[in-house]
Amino acid sequence: MIESFAQSIREAAAGRRALRLRGGGTKDFYGNELRGDILDTRTYAGIVAYEPTELVVTARCGTPLRELESLLEKHHQCLPFEPPHFGAAATVGGCVAAGLSGPRRAAAGALRDFVLGIKLIDGRGQALSFGGQVMKNVAGYDVSRLVAGSLGTLGLIAEVSLKLAPKPQAEATLRLEAPQARALELMNRWAGQPLPLSATAWQDGELSVRLSGSSAGVRAAAEKIGGAAADGALWSGIREQGDGFFSGPEPLWRLSLPSTSPPLQLGGRQLIEWGGALRWLKSPENPKAIRDAAARLKGHATLFRAADKAAGCFSPLAPVLDRLHRQLKSTFDPAAIFNPGRMYPEL
Amino acid sequence: MREFLPERAILHEEEDTRPYECDGLTAYRQLPMVVALPETEDQVQRILRTCSAMKIPVVPRGAGTGLSGGALPPGDGVLLSMAKFMRVLRVDPLARLAVVQPGVRNAVVSEVAAPFGLYYAPDPSSQIACTIGGNVSENSGGVHCLKYGLTLHNVLGMRGFTIDGEPLQLGGEALDAPGYDLLALAVGSEGMLCVVTEVTLKLLPKPQCARVIMASFDDVEKAGMAVAEVIAAGIVPAGLEMMDRPATRAVEQFVQAGYDLEAAAILLCESDGTPEEVDDEVERMKAVLERAGATRMTVSRDEAERLRFWSGRKAAFPAVGRISPDYYCMDGTIPRKRLGEVLNFIAAMERKYQLRCPNVFHAGDGNLHPLILFDANNADELHRTELFAGEVLEKCVEVGGTITGEHGVGVEKINQMCVQFRPPELELFHAVKRAFDPHGLLNPGKAVPTLARCAEYRGMRVHGGQLPHPELPRF
Repeated sequence: MIESFAQSIREAAAGRRALRLRGGGTKDFYGNELRGDILDTRTYAGIVAYEPTELVVTARCGTPLRELESLLEKHHQCLPFEPPHFGAAATVGGCVAAGLSGPRRAAAGALRDFVLGIKLIDGRGQALSFGGQVMKNVAGYDVSRLVAGSLGTLGLIAEVSLKLAPKPQAEATLRLEAPQARALELMNRWAGQPLPLSATAWQDGELSVRLSGSSAGVRAAAEKIGGAAADGALWSGIREQGDGFFSGPEPLWRLSLPSTSPPLQLGGRQLIEWGGALRWLKSPENPKAIRDAAARLKGHATLFRAADKAAGCFSPLAPVLDRLHRQLKSTFDPAAIFNPGRMYPEL
Repeated sequence: MREFLPERAILHEEEDTRPYECDGLTAYRQLPMVVALPETEDQVQRILRTCSAMKIPVVPRGAGTGLSGGALPPGDGVLLSMAKFMRVLRVDPLARLAVVQPGVRNAVVSEVAAPFGLYYAPDPSSQIACTIGGNVSENSGGVHCLKYGLTLHNVLGMRGFTIDGEPLQLGGEALDAPGYDLLALAVGSEGMLCVVTEVTLKLLPKPQCARVIMASFDDVEKAGMAVAEVIAAGIVPAGLEMMDRPATRAVEQFVQAGYDLEAAAILLCESDGTPEEVDDEVERMKAVLERAGATRMTVSRDEAERLRFWSGRKAAFPAVGRISPDYYCMDGTIPRKRLGEVLNFIAAMERKYQLRCPNVFHAGDGNLHPLILFDANNADELHRTELFAGEVLEKCVEVGGTITGEHGVGVEKINQMCVQFRPPELELFHAVKRAFDPHGLLNPGKAVPTLARCAEYRGMRVHGGQLPHPELPRF
């Protein structure tokens, strides 16, 4: 199968024909324009290796994410970054290419933190291996993590090895009343204390907190935090964006900011996650006003879901970074065939 | 450089440059043409612009504690010491971060964070001396990285310059940045992609308490199996270290850590968290270790005892230094389940090369640190040591591991890179380097071997008269 992908890639490169690398297509909404002939990665599926005692799984790109997660579940393990699926068809390859992390991100780390190695087919149709299956590896540049979140613009992720974590023994969700400024302060304060915090979210004056860990630890922390017990289904609603907050016609913005940034002075509705570091904004405001506000706070704003993407989905890069991006792109994909324009028009 | 650097910031007399001739890997030495010790970002930028314009190589250096020769100076270039960048610029307890200059020592970060109940997690054994700039460069680990990650997982952002002196900001105080993850690429790049002048580090709340179990095993392989059993039980220990008997005996004479000297191997298995969590986890760990065949277990009763148990592990390298004129510290990572096999292999190599090799091991991460004992004044022993080390590293690759877990490739393991990677991957590494440094001036010749060098190295390991990769050009 890898050879067949490589063949398609070599042919496309020879004809300078764009390829749209695609798994289940659940994240087609994410990023700028979709261009090129679809190269469906779902034909290369399955778990290559999984040994629970090594805390590592290696999966082919087309493996359904749901299938991987239910396998891990059987062994009381999980993907610590809690990736969003955005649909039943989500694949492992798409998950890594999109690089998105869920509610546990602030506590556990991002998707890229758990990528140990990849097999990548580059724009010349070469199958390359980087990293591996071990926890610590500093041989060569960390190409695996560079490719995570690159939206398929650097190559086809054929296989990936991910670090896993045991599933927490116990979990509890609590809800407290708090205005936004107070909620931001509480989230940051708690994160500075040895509490088994695994997710936080605020919207409409309500602050929700998830605790995960040993039963004894969760119980002790719940007493300290207070509030009322709440339904843990809230977290999958936020992760998968099925929660009521995400409906409505206004564009959905994702603002990634320093966690202690004050409440945003922007019109629209907000949902705050990651201890204050992630602010979802449903707002019809001018994209420039939103991007400027994020930049003033030393963060960035992504147009996550919108009908009109004229403003570009991702914040523009500083000139030096822009140059480095182009050079890396031409290193991996000299004929510029992979998902052109999906991340930035020039990549 | 005299135009923009004070006199004291330029060293060029041999008596001044001699201390910079090597890093922690003393087998490789080279006098630098000149050592520059800038004090400001502006000076760093001007040094880089000057060198870049004149095509002069630049090698950045922190405290020089690196073990792979990554800071080996260029004979025809500038050794850029970042030692004067030693200020902690800001600690923000609410945002849980510290902004520091690269010359700040690792241990200092936890010291300045301590009044706020916070600390910096990566703790390489050299933490009292090694600097944050060097840690970023090597993606340093430590004894707690199974649970808390490597440097990569604890760096939020960095500022610095490209070799052309262009200012670079990667990451920041937010949890991600737009575009490719260049921060992840820069961490662990061995000073080959950019020069770092400021680093934003993540601070974590200090666990309320921690306790460590010292468990004895009468068989090294059993100890290895016990490590896998702990992980299989769904426990991620805060630290999980293993030492074999030659290592514990060397250490015990040095620091009196209270190790069981009769055991073939000991495990140090730590739990941290709230008192409730720790009590619960220690009980679970003890049950697993007992089932796995531990012959004796001691749980630290208080913080002093816990630190005493760890003192032996942290002092393992200097302790071994006392029992041998020289020692060679290796750094491979393997899948945990292959531990027994690799340790047996190392024992066979001890017999083959007639050299002793105590083992200390970040068991939780599968990261081995065999310490080959030799006498550098004996040329034959040095040679046998190199062959011994090469075979062990190649064994690590063979069992699905890597030639370096946390010490970097530097100049030391450049040949073994040819074993771990094929020419297309090596070509890509060179291209990544060119994207940042088109003329190859920043730390040249390190970490990634040329294909010609690999062809030559493989040629020396020719089997059955057949050279591998006959398509490659050779010297």
